[in-house]
Amino acid sequence: MKSVGGIILQRLALGLLTLFVVSIVIFVAVNLLPGDFAEAILGQGATPEAVASIRRDLGLDQSPITRYFQWLGGAVTGDLGNSFAQANFASFAGTETGSGLGSVATQIAPRFANTMFLAMVTAAIAVPISLILGVLAALYRNSAFDRATNIFTLSSISSPEFFLAYILILFLAVLNPILPSLSNIFDGMSFSERLERTVLPALTLTLIVMAHMMRMTRAAIINLLASPYIEMARLKGIGPMRVIVRHALPNALAPIINVVALNLAYLITGVVVVEVVFVYPGIGQLFVDSVKIRDIPVVQACCLIFAAAYILLNLTADILSILSNPRLRHPK
Amino acid sequence: MTKSKDLLLKIRDLEIEGRSDETWMPIINGASFDLHKGEVLGLIGESGAGKSTIGLAAMGFTRDGVRISGGSVEFDGINLVTASAAQKRALLGKRIAYVAQSAAASFNPAHKIIDQHTEAPVQHGVQGRKDSESDAIELYRRLRLPNPEEIGFRYPHQVSGGQLQRAMTAMAMSCRPDLIIFDEPTTALDVTTQIEVLAAIRDIVEQFDTAAIYITHDLAVVAQMADRIKVLLKGDEVEEADTATMLSAPKEDYTKSLWAVRSFERPKKAAPAADAVPIVRVKNIDAAYGTVPVLFDVSFDIHAGRTVAVVGESGSGKSTAARCITGLLPPTKGVIEFEGVEMPLDYRKRTKDQLRQAQMIYQMADTALNPRKTIGEIIGRPVEFYGGLKGQKKRARVEELLHEIEMEPSQYIDRLPSELSGGQKQRIGIARALAAEPRFIICDEVTSALDQLVAEGILRLLAKLQDELGLSYMFITHDLATVRAIADEVVVMKDGRVVEQGPKAEMFMPPHHAYTDLLLSSVPEMDPDWLTNLLDARGVDNIGDAAVDKM
Repeated sequence: MKSVGGIILQRLALGLLTLFVVSIVIFVAVNLLPGDFAEAILGQGATPEAVASIRRDLGLDQSPITRYFQWLGGAVTGDLGNSFAQANFASFAGTETGSGLGSVATQIAPRFANTMFLAMVTAAIAVPISLILGVLAALYRNSAFDRATNIFTLSSISSPEFFLAYILILFLAVLNPILPSLSNIFDGMSFSERLERTVLPALTLTLIVMAHMMRMTRAAIINLLASPYIEMARLKGIGPMRVIVRHALPNALAPIINVVALNLAYLITGVVVVEVVFVYPGIGQLFVDSVKIRDIPVVQACCLIFAAAYILLNLTADILSILSNPRLRHPK
Repeated sequence: MTKSKDLLLKIRDLEIEGRSDETWMPIINGASFDLHKGEVLGLIGESGAGKSTIGLAAMGFTRDGVRISGGSVEFDGINLVTASAAQKRALLGKRIAYVAQSAAASFNPAHKIIDQHTEAPVQHGVQGRKDSESDAIELYRRLRLPNPEEIGFRYPHQVSGGQLQRAMTAMAMSCRPDLIIFDEPTTALDVTTQIEVLAAIRDIVEQFDTAAIYITHDLAVVAQMADRIKVLLKGDEVEEADTATMLSAPKEDYTKSLWAVRSFERPKKAAPAADAVPIVRVKNIDAAYGTVPVLFDVSFDIHAGRTVAVVGESGSGKSTAARCITGLLPPTKGVIEFEGVEMPLDYRKRTKDQLRQAQMIYQMADTALNPRKTIGEIIGRPVEFYGGLKGQKKRARVEELLHEIEMEPSQYIDRLPSELSGGQKQRIGIARALAAEPRFIICDEVTSALDQLVAEGILRLLAKLQDELGLSYMFITHDLATVRAIADEVVVMKDGRVVEQGPKAEMFMPPHHAYTDLLLSSVPEMDPDWLTNLLDARGVDNIGDAAVDKM
């Protein structure tokens, strides 16, 4: 059996390789989008000369392979390129493109930070609640509590996100105005204010991601309850709560961790609808806007960030699952 | 051994039911017995007799899908059948403890051994954590575990099976209970390890004057451990008597048949001619799993119509040698010959006819038969593959094979493996091997998962087939009683090497190689004083792993 360090290094290398492959897929897919930025921005009045000139300015006339390696080289050194739309605006306003205003990084950074903030607030609410509900559901399996929890989480995951969002707005912002219904956060806001405005979208997302985590916790624990060491614990006269928390849960961690990681990845990459409903300035909206106007550098950068988030979270989950296995932590 | 001591456990007319297909089926039809302080009761019977169910019921516990439907279990005046869960929890672990069959499965893999040991005393408020820890170390020492100070701080997977079983006995002792249920505590162990665990258990039960229920299917084991023996058959009590009476004068026919199993022995065959070409010759083979070498210079011959028993403990390379012969694991060095012809080492390079020569029967018939295929399909496949038979002819051949294994074709041919008993499944495994019409069959622990009576049936069938078809067997086993019953030659393996080989008669006659001697002397005998005498003769340091380590 390999050492934990070796396994982690191996997984890291695999993660990097995956990211490289994904970067090719992203580049090819984005370049397959019909139409291009020049045509999109010029609209009805596009003359072939104007289109060609803009394409030359942006380097779109070069071969895809050259552009891919330029992009990849830049991305590796932290330069995600310049936003077509911002560059265009900058040249129109007479500022230099080198001022940094038009770079993809400056455009994405604050949005990404907002998304991460929302994801973390949601995770801080959803993960503990799901785990606790899962443990309790396993403890009182087949009871009224278990059924109620299951029905509640399943109906919340089955409802469309915008519907849940509006229901929460109705109850928590309109009928009982305790929370703001708009989450337009901006720089210079105090943390508490920011937090207050993030609570409603975070609650909506909590309702969406809770079901998976809670049900996996319950299933993973119940799955172990027939094992001989659980029977042994019961035969030692250990109380039911302790049997589950101390004897079953540590052995059920691996599947739970994986489901938690998948849901956290969803929180980073898949929350466009919730952002739109609450006017939350996250990366999802930026992504959709950029696709609309064919702002290829921003689209590519967003895709790359999403892919990296997925890979990184799954990698973390993998490593944590490995660490949760005492056979690997303590080799013979 | 006195019967006048206080009554501890009183079970009366205990009836237990199990749920199957939405109805409750009886498992135990009224069991009654008493257990006094410091007394050891042996519960014996085949699998499915309800031994474990009674053992757990004596703790007021039933597994999921099982319920106590009648009778009473009184422990020290408390009726455990009617007691509340909290009442029972207060007793379990503290006054009644349990030692399970597989310590490897019954220790929680996520916690250190000593943390699991101290859990019951701490939770029941018997001892503080520190006191319980030092007590654990003291118990480990008494149970003769190596490195008693340190072993508890390891995780279960870092400790060998026999050591874990002793650690579990120590854990059961942690609150100094009045009663311990031992549920087949040595069944999963090698003979040399078993003897060590038996000695440790017996010693500690005597030291603390603990009462025990000792559940096993092995008569010779229970003879060493119990003051009284109770025999069960399919949920019914057969008889109960003190150990000496039970062994010398069993009353019921069923008990007598259990006792008689070990008397099966094949007549001795004449030695093969000196110039005879063996069916299988294994010459100087080495083998490795990846880079880990497992076999070193292994050689033996198997002659026509004879049985070669390969014995040794788990991990000694018996099954690996079989895999080398079949070509599943090509040896890194050496030669495999079938009837004097050298075979390609890799099975992929062998012709169909060469493949046909060596067939296998596996230990776990459960997992070796495809659960989705009917018996007819399972046996029909090799018939078609090797014999090229189809349609009516194939069916006729399958029926013929079923007759050979003494199963009625019309009744079984369309059944699925799940509709058969363990012994029947093993017979299907034999028929499947026969379907290839081989001259040589490898039997890998074919009887070790079976009850003694059923195992004897399988052995008799194999013997009959050998006589009729002139088959040669390589019989892999760790059970020396089986070896005595059917082997012609014996090969003893240890750590991937052959330590001794020869005709059976010589092998069971001294002088032996020291390891063979240890193996032979570790097989429990029916004599209740066997363990005591052995310990007297050898001393506690010269049995089991301790003795193996000295070699």
